[in-house]
Amino acid sequence: MTNVLSVEDLEVTFALHESEVRAVNDLSFTLRQGETLAVVGESGSGKSQAFLAIMGLLAQNGRATGRALLGDVDLLNMPAGRLDAYRGRDIAMIFQDPMTSLNPSLRVRTQLSEVLVRHQGIEQEQATREAVAMLERVGIPEPAKRANAYPHELSGGMRQRVMIAMALLCKPKILIADEPTTALDVTVQAQMLDLFKNLTRDFGTALVMITHDLGVVAGLADRMMVMYGGRAVEKGTVDQLFYKPRHPYTLGLLHSTPHVAVRAKRLDPIQGLPPSLERLPTGCAFHPRCAFRFERCFAERPPLLDAGDGRLKACWYEGPLDYEEVA
Amino acid sequence: MPDLLTIDRLSKTFTISAGLFSQPLHLKALQDISFSVKQGETLGIVGESGCGKSTLGRCILQLLAPDEGRVLWLGEDIARLPDEAMRRKRQDLQIIFQDPLASLNPRLTVGEIIADPLRTLMPQLKSAERRQRVLRMMEAVGLLPEMINRYPHEFSGGQAQRIGIARALITEPKLIVCDEPVSALDVSVQAQILNLLADLKEQFGLTLIFISHNLSVVRHVSDRILVLYLGRMVELADGDELYEDPKHPYTRALLTAVPIPDPVRARQRNIDALVGEIPSPINPPSGCPFRTRCRYEIGLCAEQRPPLENAGGERLVACHRWRELGLEGGA
Repeated sequence: MTNVLSVEDLEVTFALHESEVRAVNDLSFTLRQGETLAVVGESGSGKSQAFLAIMGLLAQNGRATGRALLGDVDLLNMPAGRLDAYRGRDIAMIFQDPMTSLNPSLRVRTQLSEVLVRHQGIEQEQATREAVAMLERVGIPEPAKRANAYPHELSGGMRQRVMIAMALLCKPKILIADEPTTALDVTVQAQMLDLFKNLTRDFGTALVMITHDLGVVAGLADRMMVMYGGRAVEKGTVDQLFYKPRHPYTLGLLHSTPHVAVRAKRLDPIQGLPPSLERLPTGCAFHPRCAFRFERCFAERPPLLDAGDGRLKACWYEGPLDYEEVA
Repeated sequence: MPDLLTIDRLSKTFTISAGLFSQPLHLKALQDISFSVKQGETLGIVGESGCGKSTLGRCILQLLAPDEGRVLWLGEDIARLPDEAMRRKRQDLQIIFQDPLASLNPRLTVGEIIADPLRTLMPQLKSAERRQRVLRMMEAVGLLPEMINRYPHEFSGGQAQRIGIARALITEPKLIVCDEPVSALDVSVQAQILNLLADLKEQFGLTLIFISHNLSVVRHVSDRILVLYLGRMVELADGDELYEDPKHPYTRALLTAVPIPDPVRARQRNIDALVGEIPSPINPPSGCPFRTRCRYEIGLCAEQRPPLENAGGERLVACHRWRELGLEGGA
């Protein structure tokens, strides 16, 4: 399968008063046409900042280096003005809270049709028709009526559908979804995950699902990248990482996740807290919380290397991890 | 085991202004809620937004006054107690909130925050004694003694939640209402706090009411589970029974919607997503509140609200059709 996005050596730094903090380090990955890639990590792992950087949406004091190739176009090294030609057309992003991404003073139909007028130069009337058709496609009942609503008149689930509709209007090659279901009720979340599955299949869109919820990942993603302290620590297929994690952090996340079908006596959490990016531990950033650490982990940072079967891990420990049945 | 707490036909309605010249709206947050909590158990309360689960937690502690019904604590109705008497009762009943940082006073040190309930409830304690208690409690929840003079903003969410738990425990309460205590925390930290609550429950002989929208978490901690929908009880059952053989169509739908952290099972599973969204509690459907999203709806459901019926043992279910649906087997 062809790659729709190749990210190489992405670094994201933020200038603070007298110092600099690195949110993303040395991140490289590819996204294949039509696949769903889950990016999993806890707060401060850099999972959101990496993709905000690719979209050119970093905060004022943020800076990104490296390359993000969309075909032969490098999204990271182009003037902001030119980026607008690709954003929304080839690559789109949706967020956890749709209310912050929708303009509260414009009707839904105006916000949606604007995307088409701008990117495809089609006239207003047809743009509105296509917008309403897309609202119907994402499962909004009475789409013509809802198109006339303002965002505050819609429920949280409906707003998230409007966001998805807007993101998909130009049939982008890539859709980045940052915790899109976290704020939703569980029955609505299930509807949204279903919708993502159908839409990526029908439009051939590659989906990046940024989340901390392994339950969301399991049913939806093909491949998965686990991040910790601003770096990728393990990459592979979803089955590989769920059933045979090779990085102790991946294993720890799985053991920390309660399972609805099984009432375990105790969860087996990771000790300690996720690190502050301003004070990352030496060597492997995970070593203070790791049950498998040894001397080398304190001093040297493990590189992300081939661990067989096309998967990658950044860990010095080569012995067997204790694979208790997680599921 | 004796009942520690009995909620008897509790109702709570909020009045919402709809603008200067409009009739105010009435939001029925809770209607006709009755259940008991046994000494030493963990009762989980689950439901989606607007089901009334947090309002219920606050009504139990009298942080909100219920409009109707009784809250019997060891047989005594605390819903009508004068403020001062209720304050003393809070020695026995405590609460932990969702957003740990927002529930801690930013101007007080950790030691002062944890000691705060003692000042009001046990003013006779000398300050050295109070400090001893605080340190003991900090150790129990996994905070280091040197943290006693630090301020809340220096702590992460998980540590702040430990401070909140220590504050709740300091009066040696019998019952703690945990309102979404781990929802704001990272996954790895969430598991630590769940284990901590389990340990403390054992150590102090606590009874817990655990309110959450996360069914996996509730399943993990609860002995019995109460399911709410639009302010009404739809099912109450032993945890294993509820998850293995849900009787109410809403409980079934909730359970099938929970994401499973297991790729093969998740792919095989046919997510039979509920259609639509939760109706507004300002204008709930007639009859059964769930009928607008229920695939088993019949004419009767719109006409009559299903009574809460005994479904064997101590199980309760509010559905006109639970008997016939049960014959089809579990979800």
